[in-house]
Amino acid sequence: MLKIQDLHVKVGGIEVLKGINLEIEQGETFILFGPNGSGKTSLLMTLMGFSGYEIIQGRIYFKDRDITETPTYERARMGIGMSFQRPPTIHGLKTRDMVRLCAGDREVDVEELAEKVNLTNFLDRDINSGFSGGEIKRSEILQLMAQNPSLVLFDEPESGVDLENMALIGKTARAILDGPQEPDNSASLKELQSQYRTSGLIITHTGYILDYINADRGQVLYNGILCCTARPRDILDHISKFGYKECVRCLN
Amino acid sequence: MPKLDNAAGEPRVDLGKYNFERDELPELADLKELSAEDRSRLLMAGIDAGELQRSGTYLHINHSKAHCRSCRKDVEVMDTREALEKYDGLPEYYWQAVDKDKDEFTRAAAENIHGGYFIRTKKGARIKDPVQSCLFIKGENIGQNVHNIVVVEEDSELHIITGCTTSADISSAMHLGISEIYIKKGGKLTFTMVHNWGEEVMVRPRTVALVEENGVFASNYILLKKVRSVQSYPAVFLNGRGAVARFNSILVAPKGSHINSGNKIVLNAPETKGEIISRTITTGGTIIAPGIIEGNAVPAKGHLECKGLILSDGIIHAIPELKGTIAGVELSHEAAVGKIAQEEIEYLMARGMDEDQATSTIVRGFMNVDIMGLPDKLRKSIEKTIEETEKDMF
Ligand SMILES: Nc1ncnc2c1ncn2[C@@H]1O[C@H](COP(=O)(O)OP(=O)(O)OP(=O)(O)O)[C@@H](O)[C@H]1O
Ligand SMILES: [Mg+2]
Repeated sequence: MLKIQDLHVKVGGIEVLKGINLEIEQGETFILFGPNGSGKTSLLMTLMGFSGYEIIQGRIYFKDRDITETPTYERARMGIGMSFQRPPTIHGLKTRDMVRLCAGDREVDVEELAEKVNLTNFLDRDINSGFSGGEIKRSEILQLMAQNPSLVLFDEPESGVDLENMALIGKTARAILDGPQEPDNSASLKELQSQYRTSGLIITHTGYILDYINADRGQVLYNGILCCTARPRDILDHISKFGYKECVRCLN
Repeated sequence: MPKLDNAAGEPRVDLGKYNFERDELPELADLKELSAEDRSRLLMAGIDAGELQRSGTYLHINHSKAHCRSCRKDVEVMDTREALEKYDGLPEYYWQAVDKDKDEFTRAAAENIHGGYFIRTKKGARIKDPVQSCLFIKGENIGQNVHNIVVVEEDSELHIITGCTTSADISSAMHLGISEIYIKKGGKLTFTMVHNWGEEVMVRPRTVALVEENGVFASNYILLKKVRSVQSYPAVFLNGRGAVARFNSILVAPKGSHINSGNKIVLNAPETKGEIISRTITTGGTIIAPGIIEGNAVPAKGHLECKGLILSDGIIHAIPELKGTIAGVELSHEAAVGKIAQEEIEYLMARGMDEDQATSTIVRGFMNVDIMGLPDKLRKSIEKTIEETEKDMF
């Protein structure tokens, strides 16, 4: 699904990603840890193709296509969806219309989707205008549901979210990753589901999101370099016991 | 003070060029007698030829009244000339808010009045459907002088939609319009003006509103199409305790347009509130957007918000001014002139919109008319015009 090869990226003249290699399979959820300022957000922004993230070396492949030079909107149309940490307010653009725009040519029931994340009262408000931290998270998820991506990039789904809403976000994130159907035991449906399963790249500090989703694999981004491949739970345990420095040393 | 007279590059009006001679056209029994083309021009300016959901209509073509009627007993709609006759020269209202000797345009209007609308509510009347008026110019180099008087009596409520437009085949003309607005105690007026002129038209309105205790004046101004020159600076004086004024304008200046359009609010009584919001876009023309809020009493609050987008080389000159003359007034302003934030474009691109789609989505939001509280049909018609205007923007 996603393949990153030897990716070096400069932000504001400084190299913040120094040779990233990463592969995420269809339906796989990958968890990214790392201390503040290590380059996690920069990696997501680069994958989405934003200006200001200058690729000085390396390639990015998505669905077997080289997207290193592909403009952002085409990446989105190919199936990459991102949840923003601090999205801008767009005055005069109602949340309802934004959600519809996210769906592109597909028909979506905006009200029904909004109900799932408890945002029906927000549909007539300008997108992100005066939204609280937790409301932004839910609105980003709402947009992702409408967008229906095959790879979700999620930057700290739990930051600024209270416990109750964490459950809501966790469950919705899981629903997005699991694809559209309800779980069922018939083998053929399972097959079908794995075909529809969405891949994920999720950044977390606290690991709360791990209570809700099936995360297969994780790594730590440290100073622009990926290290310590392990099960996300184990990485989290190590970090909380020993801190990042020790964790990097012992897991390497 | 108003930067009207010395605005850089402002086209000068040569009044001698235009025909102000009165030629009375026959009255129309029904707006449907207008040609389909004229009706569609009217519609773009917010005027419904079927008079559906309207409490009254005043149509003025060139130099005279063409159609006028009220659908309700509690609102009078008539030609100002007739009102002057009927009410002994309207001594309380005629040239009482606007100074007759203010400039050459007010003097010209005083010398040779062509009519205009006189609209007055009954005390306590809540007039739900708007009264519509249209000042229409059909004929090359016609000069039009109108004098409008609006009286909103105590505790009454009124919405006026006024569309000013030229027929599709006219490019050059001159419109002079005096408007005097009186809002009595507890009265409420929403005044929505849509301008839709020909490309060489010169426009010189002069408007003053006086608001008494707890009165509300909400003014909306929409100008989306090319016009040679507009110079307009409506002023509202909040003279009674608790009076409120709001100006909302959306202005677009294509190449060749020179728009000098501002607002003035004077807070003359305690507990008054004033707000000026303007959204301006240039795609090659010039916009001068002065705005002043003056606070002379306490407590009083004023806020001025002036945002401009330069989409292609043009000029936006925002001149926000605040003047407080007493301790305790609260006046503030917020002004920004520039381009669309890259961050906003990229946000929408990450949702699958290409750069043009993202830009036009943001511009449409910028020109959003929701805050104006317009009737549904008018809002839709304006949104449609905005969409058409947008096609010429990029
Ligand atoms: N526009 C910019 N100009 C200059 N430096 C930048 C810019 N954006 C990010 N950086 C720097 O790049 C480095 C990586 O930032 P990034 O936001 O990717 O970190 P992060 O791993 O997401 O951190 P956090 O956990 O705090 O969110 C930081 O040192 C940051 O200051
Ligand atoms: Mg970050």
